[in-house]
Formats: sequence, structure tokens, C-alpha cells
Amino acid sequence: MNYVIIGNSVATAGCIEAIRNVDKENLITIISDEPYRMYSRPLISYYLAKKVTEDRMYIRDEDYYEKNNVKAILGKRATKIDFTNKIVFLDDNSQVNYDKLLIATGGKPFIPPTKGFELKNVFTFIKFDDVKAIDNSLFEGAKAVVIGAGLSGLKAAEALSKRGCSVKVVELANRILGSILDIEASSIVQKELEKHGIEFLLENSVSEIIGNEKVEKVKLKNGQELDCDIVVFAIGVVPNIDFLKDTELKINRGIVVNEKMETNIKDVFAAGDCAEGYDMVFEQQRVIPIWPNAYNQGETAGYNMAGMDKTFTQGFPMNSIGFYDVHMITAGIVVPTSDDIEVLKKFDIEKNTYRKIYIKNGNVLGYMFINSFDRAGMITNMIKEKINIEAIKDRLLEDDFGYLDLPKEFRYEKLLGGAKK
Amino acid sequence: MTKRIFPKEEYCLGCHLCEVYCTVAHSKNKKDIIKVYKDKKNKPTPRILIEEKQGNYVTFALQCRHCDAAPCTKACITGAMKKLENGTVICDEEKCVGCWSCILVCPHGAIRRGENKKVASKCDLCIELGEPACVKNCPNEALEIKEI
Repeated sequence: MNYVIIGNSVATAGCIEAIRNVDKENLITIISDEPYRMYSRPLISYYLAKKVTEDRMYIRDEDYYEKNNVKAILGKRATKIDFTNKIVFLDDNSQVNYDKLLIATGGKPFIPPTKGFELKNVFTFIKFDDVKAIDNSLFEGAKAVVIGAGLSGLKAAEALSKRGCSVKVVELANRILGSILDIEASSIVQKELEKHGIEFLLENSVSEIIGNEKVEKVKLKNGQELDCDIVVFAIGVVPNIDFLKDTELKINRGIVVNEKMETNIKDVFAAGDCAEGYDMVFEQQRVIPIWPNAYNQGETAGYNMAGMDKTFTQGFPMNSIGFYDVHMITAGIVVPTSDDIEVLKKFDIEKNTYRKIYIKNGNVLGYMFINSFDRAGMITNMIKEKINIEAIKDRLLEDDFGYLDLPKEFRYEKLLGGAKK
Repeated sequence: MTKRIFPKEEYCLGCHLCEVYCTVAHSKNKKDIIKVYKDKKNKPTPRILIEEKQGNYVTFALQCRHCDAAPCTKACITGAMKKLENGTVICDEEKCVGCWSCILVCPHGAIRRGENKKVASKCDLCIELGEPACVKNCPNEALEIKEI
């Protein structure tokens, strides 16, 4: 058996670890176009803010590949797959044969065609090399424009601001963090960022980047021009699967997988931000570009590649993220998708905390907690396990929600489960 | 051979001594309780959670369950949260950046933000001491460690 994984992030970690739980012998080969060992993309903003040094960027120990009998082909890009003869072709004209293949190529930045994108000091914000390049061009007092007020755009804005830049964020929508927050919650976060000098230009977009070799200003849709030394594109992420288009592999928005992470081609699996799996909250196939989801999908693929029979049916979006002194945890739906969804809400202006929960038929469908999230995982688990919360729903809004709010039998089962009697 | 600590709520007095012993066990001055909070730089946090509510006579102490397929280790964006070969889940506090992805996924709500709220603070079964201080020192034997 010859396992091959294209990609080298957390879905790959999940896959390697699952395979090694079952099969200690057969070689695993991983292929990545980046030259680094397994590092954390969410940490790039921490690296830019100088909160994390290079040696802390790696998510697994230095001897991880060796210990797991993994052959790592780093710095080479997979360019083509021959699914009939089971061969992956690389950009140096070499080939890798596989018996079982996982495609875990992650995401790539979405960039709308923008005049001036090729100018110097225009960056994207996804890879380690992106922040290294930004780091090299930074200087105290630099004027930065961040395009996109999503999770990565705002992390970029925060880091640039911490590095002494004056930062303006341009966002097409009428609010920041539209994918995880409602209007009320996003205004709490926006105020916090503004308190630290970050400016927002909402319902606007960049129509052109202007400069002579190097970026000098950006022109906005409304005609306004902003002087700037650095532009960071962080509009969004799309599956990194261009090299697979026009093949027999079934692709919708991402590579379509079933609950075993199998694609439509035998012995080919996909996981992570390049895959489109089932979302149990939205009840549809979706790309869920979220770290824990990628691990779980990669792990499921790994078990199945190694001959086990495992499924993953509990995917849904979830996030934990903070900016300065405001931290939020969200999961599931954040804006009601139908009229029969009940909304529970508690906004404590004095403590600057906000808790909001969506419920349907006695099940939690989603929640949004800001600055009050200490045992949030209990609620995430209620979504995952579809636990009926009708009897305790008002307690879910309390900061000190815990096991004592649950029926005794449930508490016993959860806490004492697994005990040798 | 995973070990877990189990609370027996029928014996728990709610005395909070487990918190005290846990704090001391995770301080730099394990032998001298008086110095524990005087070292302001390394002020430790109890890694145990006492559940008690007004008007409710039940109390018990809860720690990390060291889950088999620990969700925190899968959600951790730094690799700080990891499962050791003996089944114990530990947090490498040097690596943790306090993103609280572990809090997002821990089904028991058993991971706490540390004293300075910068890194996750969780039960490590007193790895340095060999036996959990909370179990050893509970005056009413309301905590028990078992292999499962």
C-alpha cells in the first residue's frame, strides 16, 4: 500500500495520524509546493504581529515525518493527476505513484481582477511567504489598506496596526465579519478595532491600485482615493484546485466528497478547504474552510484509506477569534435562515458581553458569544449531538452555564461515562 | 491505559480545597503555599472547575476528561494541545497563543483561560508530581482517579 497526500496542513496531519493508528508500516508520501514543514496558516497574523517566532509556527515536532515514516516532498507543486494509472505529476517533471490518494490542497486567495494588482507592495494574506514578504516591506508609520473585513483581513489589520502602520479596511458588505457575526455583534468588534486606530470604509471596494512600480494609492468604487504604502488583499479563500479542472474528478465549488471523504474516483479522497462535504447545520454540501473541520475530514479520509470504515457527519462552521481585548466564539448559523428559528439574546452593555443563540425544534442551530464564552464547547457539542435543550434554554445565555444545568442522568453519563465500575 | 479523574458529587463538600492544591501543584513553589501567589509573574490558575450554583446543594469538581479522540487536539491551531502516548492531554503553554479554539470544541467546558488570560490552563494529571494533587488531598474522597 502506497499512500500519497497532496498538501501539508492540518487535514494532512489528521490523515497521517489516522493512517498510523491503523497501519504503522506502509509509506506515506506528502507533496507540498511550500518549502516548509507542517506550519499553521492561522498563525501568520501572529507572526506578522511578532507574537510568534518562526520556530513556533510549526504545528508538529521536528521529527514528525521521520517518526511517522512520512516521505516529505516539499517545494514541489503537483501539476496533474493521471487517475487511470494512479500517478501524480510534479512541476520538476518527476512522478509519484499512489494506491490511495488524498487531495488536501487547501485554499488560495480569491482575487477579483483588479488593475494594478501586480504592483510592488501588493500582497495576499494566506501563506507564510505572504507575511514574510509583508514583513520585509514594513516600516514604522506605513500606510496600509486591507481589502476585506473577514477573519483574515481583520487579523491582518490588527497585526499591521500593532506593527505601527496606520490601517484602513475596505469592505464591500455593510458590516465587518459578515460570515460569523450579525449586525449588533459586528458593531461591538468594529468599535474595538476603531478604538485602536483602525478605520473602516464599508459598502465600498477597491476599483484600482495606482502606482509607479510600487503602490502609491488605491482608488475606491465611490471615487475616493487613499494614499498607501501597502495593500493587503484578504477578500476570501477559494478551493485550490485549478490543476484538477477539466478532469473526471467531480467538482462543484470544491471537490465533492461523501461522508467517508471519498470523491467520485476510486481510491481518491479529499479533505479540508479544497473539499465540499456535508454541513449538518445547513443541511447541504458546502466548503467549510475551518481548521477543526479540516482535521476531522483528513482523519476520516486517513482511516478509510487504511481500510477502516469511518464517516464524518458532524461538519459545520465554527470559529474562535479575537481582536485586541474582544474575543468571540461562534458556531453554526449566525443569521436566521427561516422564520421558525427562535432567537435568545443577552447583551450586557456594562460588561461588553453578548450572547445570542438560535434554536429550532429544541435544538441549537448556532450561537455567537462575545467576551463571555468560557464553556462554549458544551454548546458546540449540543449542536453536534443534536441534544434537546428545550428545558434549559434560558440558562444557555448565562455566563456560568454548566453541567449543573443539565439533567442529572445526562450529567452522570457524560462525566462518568468510560469509568471502570 | 488512559487515566481519568471522576467526581463523586454525593461526597463533595464544595470546600474548594482541590482548587487550592491544584494551584499549588502548578506553581513554581510547590512546597510553600505562602509563596504561590506572591510570585506575581507566574501566578498559577487552578485547572479544576468547581460547579456550584446558588440554591443548588449539589457541588462537584470537574477537570479535563482526557478524551480518547480529544477534540481540543484537533482544533488547536498551534499544536500546543496534544495527547501523550499514555493518553494524557497536555497543553504546551510555550506554544499556546490563547486563540481559545480548545474552548470552542471542548464538550465538557473543562479548559480554562489561565490567570493572565493568555494561554490555556488545563488538567495535566499533575504530570510532574506523578499523582493528581486534587485527588490526593480531597478531604472527603470526592475525587477518584481510575484507569479506563
